[in-house]
Amino acid sequence: MSDTAAGLLQVGFLVVCLAAVYRPLGGYMARVYTSESDLRVERGAYRLFGVDSKADQTWAVYGRSLIAFSAVSLILLYILQRVQSHLPLSLGLPDVPSGLAFNTAASFVANTNWQSYSPEATMGHLVQFAGLAVQNFLSAAVGITVAIALIRGFARSKTDRLGNFWVDLTRTVLRVLLPIAVIGTLALVALGVVQNFAGGHEVTSVVGQTQTIPGGPVASQEVIKELGTNGGGFYNANSAHPFENPNGLSNLFEIFLLLVIPVCLTRTFGVMVKDKRQGYAILGVMGTLWAAFTFSATFFEVRGNSLEGKETRFGQWASALFASSTTGTSTGAVNAAHDSFTPLGGGTALFHMMLGEVSPGGTGTGLYGMLVLAVLTVFIAGLMVGRTPEYLRKKITAREMKLVSLYILATPTVVLVGASLAMGLASARASIFNTGGPHGFSEVLYAFTSAGNNNGSAFGGLSANTPFYNTALGIVMLLGRFVPMVFALALAGSLAKQQPVPVTQGTLPTHKALFVTMLVGVVLIVTGLTYFPALTLGPLAEGL
Amino acid sequence: MRIFGVAARVLLVFTVVLGVVYPLAMTGVSQLLFHGNANGSIIKVNGKEVASDLIGQSYTMDSGKKDDKGDAIMVADPKWFQTRPSAASYDGKASAASQYGPNNADLRAAIDERRKEVAQLEGVDPAQVPDDALTASGSGLDPAISPAYAALQINRIARERGLSVAQVAKLVQENTHGRALGFLGEPYVNVVTLNAALAAS
Repeated sequence: MSDTAAGLLQVGFLVVCLAAVYRPLGGYMARVYTSESDLRVERGAYRLFGVDSKADQTWAVYGRSLIAFSAVSLILLYILQRVQSHLPLSLGLPDVPSGLAFNTAASFVANTNWQSYSPEATMGHLVQFAGLAVQNFLSAAVGITVAIALIRGFARSKTDRLGNFWVDLTRTVLRVLLPIAVIGTLALVALGVVQNFAGGHEVTSVVGQTQTIPGGPVASQEVIKELGTNGGGFYNANSAHPFENPNGLSNLFEIFLLLVIPVCLTRTFGVMVKDKRQGYAILGVMGTLWAAFTFSATFFEVRGNSLEGKETRFGQWASALFASSTTGTSTGAVNAAHDSFTPLGGGTALFHMMLGEVSPGGTGTGLYGMLVLAVLTVFIAGLMVGRTPEYLRKKITAREMKLVSLYILATPTVVLVGASLAMGLASARASIFNTGGPHGFSEVLYAFTSAGNNNGSAFGGLSANTPFYNTALGIVMLLGRFVPMVFALALAGSLAKQQPVPVTQGTLPTHKALFVTMLVGVVLIVTGLTYFPALTLGPLAEGL
Repeated sequence: MRIFGVAARVLLVFTVVLGVVYPLAMTGVSQLLFHGNANGSIIKVNGKEVASDLIGQSYTMDSGKKDDKGDAIMVADPKWFQTRPSAASYDGKASAASQYGPNNADLRAAIDERRKEVAQLEGVDPAQVPDDALTASGSGLDPAISPAYAALQINRIARERGLSVAQVAKLVQENTHGRALGFLGEPYVNVVTLNAALAAS
């Protein structure tokens, strides 16, 4: 079979697998978040937590709960790293230094999983499975709760209540993430991923050289790393490491895992707002963008045809497909070194993150990000014809538009301010690896784009384990995560209060091709205009 | 402040469930059902553990020369199939890619140098050397090479080991993997299992 035919089949097979689970999983998640009854294990958990599961919260209380939970998570994860040397299963590794521990705690709590460190040399097994992997579940769940709250903002009317954060969080973990993770772990081990607590295993090769075969509870962490769109590798090489991703089948399974929840949440959205066509429209926008970026990454990598930074078993097609899916979902796992991609192939990955992680985006974050852009789109359409804009029968007033504007401005601001600051400081410029050209600037721009959009992948040449980058990127990750979340929740609160307006002849249908096209245009134009000057200085200067 | 108390309790309960029970249970079940895989797919030659069949190794020997730091300079051992260049020197505890940008001058120079070395080792025209023989992998632990690079090495192995070309080609064939399901990833030759087969024969 020709490379092209196999590559196209690979993409097609992925789409078919996602289509097969779209309705069952999306519908299941809708039931999870609308069900009135708690499971017995959940009732026990709520008693332990001291939470009344029937107590609906306002957006402000929902938001405060989310922030408090994330703050406590940040502190625990920081402490775990700082006392690592006293913990069991730490493989003799020392305490993680304070700057790096802050960066890593912020990174995993913000669902970014940017890694300034090399895991093999920094994190013992215990910090990985009892600290980092726990946040892989919880930060993913936190993202989903915000999306569910925003859906309720559209679905409910004349109320100030958006649901209960603790209930949504618990149900996401116990009913959605954990069952899939259990099945996925066993599937990955069956394909060759390791799952043990050994520190390392010495072998003597056929030429008499000794080699340490690394160990670790990798599969159980790998599965949630992809499923929760986290992306932090158990090993430095991430999903390029043969123990994280042993073959072509495990590779496709991991790509499937990182797309499955963001994709199926559009179904959950359609079911919950009682108009499934709206879910298809949002999925159509996400799918169009993902397809375009996948085509672009594949085109440039196949044309460049270099295996530098790529694994033999994956080659160009499977590496490009992984790259576009990981940058479109805020995952940031990599099965190849993006730094060694062609200028325009790597530039595609960079631009894909700049869209704000909405194609289809991270778990939850992708959906609420796209819904915010949909509100912007009906507003622009409303301006064109001089009507008060509405979306899903809710009026888009000045208050909603202020929140949408703030949401959209937040991430680019922290990304571009951070990158400019780094380029202005000689000490920060010294971290650049590929010096003497636009590629060095791309490394810095990629780092701040990845951090601000909570992706976590890197142009890995940049030496980011310095006081400046650990601090700056840590702050950028937290701001890029929680500031937009607060605006999204405020928007949800504002929408929930409204009385729905009747659909009239003048209402813009938001489930048709015209709207899908407009929304694709808005996503590209808003982000394009924001980042174009920066892109010209980096990948475009190098690649054109 | 009550909200922080709830948050702390939720976090602790989930840390026990997701951070202790889940990985322990998954390890237990994996060890039971897929013992070999879960422990790194270790392979043996004549009863001795020589490698993981997923983790690449270097097949080099001491050239007798020293570098500036006084360390021995290692060169390809012609009796074995060679793996790809590695940014991690196939250290199992330090997986890494080179992170060279595509236009990096050092990368261009390294590729030219490797092309000359491989062409000389195999006694072929430099233009015949495939790309995977010239470039470092994403993990630095890639156990695989392209079928083209394996084919290039068959004559040398046969000559060095006093085997027929057909015998070596058969071993290569046995360690060649097609695309998963026929269309996922790329075909490759597993050098680790191939060299283990050479050692056992």
